[in-house]
Amino acid sequence: MEDLCSRLASDLDGSFPEVVQRFQDEVFSGLRSLAGADAEDLAQETFIRAYRALKEYDSGRIRELRLRGWIWTIALNLGRNHARDRARRPQLIAIDHEIGADDPEPPDLGAWQRRLEALTPSMRKAVVLRHVVGLGYEDIAAALDRPEGTVKADVHRGLERLRKQMEMEI
Amino acid sequence: MNRSVITDQLESLAGRAPSLLLRSVEVGTGLVDGYSLYETHLGEVMVTFNPRGVTSVDLAEGDREGRFEARFGRKTAPARPPSPWAKEIGRALELGRPGSLPVDLEGMSEFRQRILGIAATIPRGQVRPYSWLAMEVGSPGAARAVGSTMAHNPVPLIVPCHRVVRSDGRIGQYSLGGPDNKWSLLTWEGADPGRLEELAAAGFRYIGSDATGVYCHPTCSNARRIAGEHIRRFRSKESAASAGYRRCPVCRP
Repeated sequence: MEDLCSRLASDLDGSFPEVVQRFQDEVFSGLRSLAGADAEDLAQETFIRAYRALKEYDSGRIRELRLRGWIWTIALNLGRNHARDRARRPQLIAIDHEIGADDPEPPDLGAWQRRLEALTPSMRKAVVLRHVVGLGYEDIAAALDRPEGTVKADVHRGLERLRKQMEMEI
Repeated sequence: MNRSVITDQLESLAGRAPSLLLRSVEVGTGLVDGYSLYETHLGEVMVTFNPRGVTSVDLAEGDREGRFEARFGRKTAPARPPSPWAKEIGRALELGRPGSLPVDLEGMSEFRQRILGIAATIPRGQVRPYSWLAMEVGSPGAARAVGSTMAHNPVPLIVPCHRVVRSDGRIGQYSLGGPDNKWSLLTWEGADPGRLEELAAAGFRYIGSDATGVYCHPTCSNARRIAGEHIRRFRSKESAASAGYRRCPVCRP
């Protein structure tokens, strides 16, 4: 990761596609769990904003970035604004899909989106970042700008609620 | 229920991003120019764009992506233009002027950008010589620079360099597929390139009316209104002026 940051610092345009390749799966999956159908647009916009921000940063700042947590800060901000105001979405340059090129959705995705929806926003984000995305607590704390202890407690209580919900479903 | 059942199921929500996400990001950031194909009078053309505006127009035939990369040093890939531009590109190609469509001329000198800006104001169906553009841009001696700017116009059809002719009035070269396409476009727009060539070959560059005492470029809307018996032809601005004729205020010869 430090390698990638120093490559970004010396050649942003040449190295940025690597950032997308490295994080696109987790950003897309995480946003799909949090924001549902618009995950692809939001993931695209996350990386476009990340690129524009990096363009403004000096190389020292880029070298010191905690890249993964930083990307997630952008993704979560977009997700929040998106939830707040779906009508004012930014203009995106979308690509026509090639049919059959993509993986199918997990079969129980819809059920899980509904269960996660029932959590408070901070629990939902913490649970998704920890267990769907696989982010460490330090990065989650940075991405959410909350103390690590609070984030751990949110994950813990979130899982507990999910467990109760699922027991009620049975 | 065991908590590990829940965390296992949450982990299974992790999947792969859509295969075209990377390309969408590359186009959206401008790392790669997007392109769409449009049907025009000259057949199918490729129009490329980045987040700032349209970057090039080329014929769609053959290895268009390879030609773009060789010329601009960037890659291009098929993409939908940002929604407000999709219609404007079609209109700009049809009318032969940018209108409200943004054109990104980054990498061209400010001087060349100004020349292209003036070329974009030449009305449909009319032509102006290099020397006129040089005058308008404030460098009367720069006719050759104008010619070279037209030859390197990245957005032909949208900035209508087909309406710019040699300083002696001959139709001249055209970057988008050669002079035949220039003749075809001018004919389609209602100019008469054959008549313009004849006039130029005979050494005449301006047309005046002995009824109004005004002289014009031959395709100026005012020149076209002159009745046959009133037409006077001039070889130069000096000869028109010494015959007592005034410059047309519309085409500013």
